[in-house]
Amino acid sequence: MKVSVIVFPGSNCDRDVAVSLEAATGSKPTMVWHRDAQVPDSDLIVLPGGFSYGDYLRSGAMAAHSPIMRDVIDKAKKGTAVLGICNGFQMLTETGLLPGVLMRNASLKFVCRDVHLKVERDDTMFSRGYARGQVIRIPVAHHDGNYFAANETLERLEGENRIAFRYCDAGGALGNGANPNGSQHDIAGIYNETGRVLGLMPHPERLAEPALGGTDGAPLFSSLVEALH
Amino acid sequence: MKAQITITLKNGVLDPQGKAIEHALDALGFDGIGGVRQGKFIEVDLAEADPERARKQVAAMCEQLLANMVIENYSFEIEGA
Repeated sequence: MKVSVIVFPGSNCDRDVAVSLEAATGSKPTMVWHRDAQVPDSDLIVLPGGFSYGDYLRSGAMAAHSPIMRDVIDKAKKGTAVLGICNGFQMLTETGLLPGVLMRNASLKFVCRDVHLKVERDDTMFSRGYARGQVIRIPVAHHDGNYFAANETLERLEGENRIAFRYCDAGGALGNGANPNGSQHDIAGIYNETGRVLGLMPHPERLAEPALGGTDGAPLFSSLVEALH
Repeated sequence: MKAQITITLKNGVLDPQGKAIEHALDALGFDGIGGVRQGKFIEVDLAEADPERARKQVAAMCEQLLANMVIENYSFEIEGA
């Protein structure tokens, strides 16, 4: 399985996600600099977390127009799997590969802690290692994670079963302060129309091996290996 | 020519920063204020001399990069046009 991780100035989770990917796939992903024009032939492209371009203008807005992104968008539209984590999710919405936008957290505070997520689908290449309705613990670390979209977009996402993960409490219940950022419909991650592009604010790579204090993020990477090997 | 661009959140989009500013103004003792909304102000120098073409150019800049049309509106004035 060939994986490319795109590195932007200000990316800071690129090496973390590379470690998780290497543990799952057995081979090192290719690190691709944002000024390159072409992503090498890949089964999966990862847009990592961080603060590309210092979050200038809007989080992910400058990265969305990096030279490499033209090819990422092109390949995504042709069906290459794309995973955007945190800042990567912000980039995916800024490019229009995913709908909506990640606004400033409702609390206006940077939130950095473990949250619980309810797995909404277990039939995608990203989620087959989980069970539908399963509650997993994954860290978030962001200032702009407050998912917003027009009502008709939210209805479409719900109707097309495109919510990947929702914030919940340890028992899987929604509401009651479980949502760390004010996201509409408690959305932590969404899929595109084909289920081959996933954007999520939480960081599965930060709890993907026992030494990190948990492994709930690991199935996301092993799912991809099973689906794309 | 110089473009002066204002980016604001669309009506109906929650503006937690605007709300925080409103609360701070209230705490400072400013009475009778409400509806505080914050946004961005951007200036761009333009080589374009034709006002109509300059307007088109600035509108394209706003739609492609400066504003996120999902949540933001833009307006601008062209100085010297």
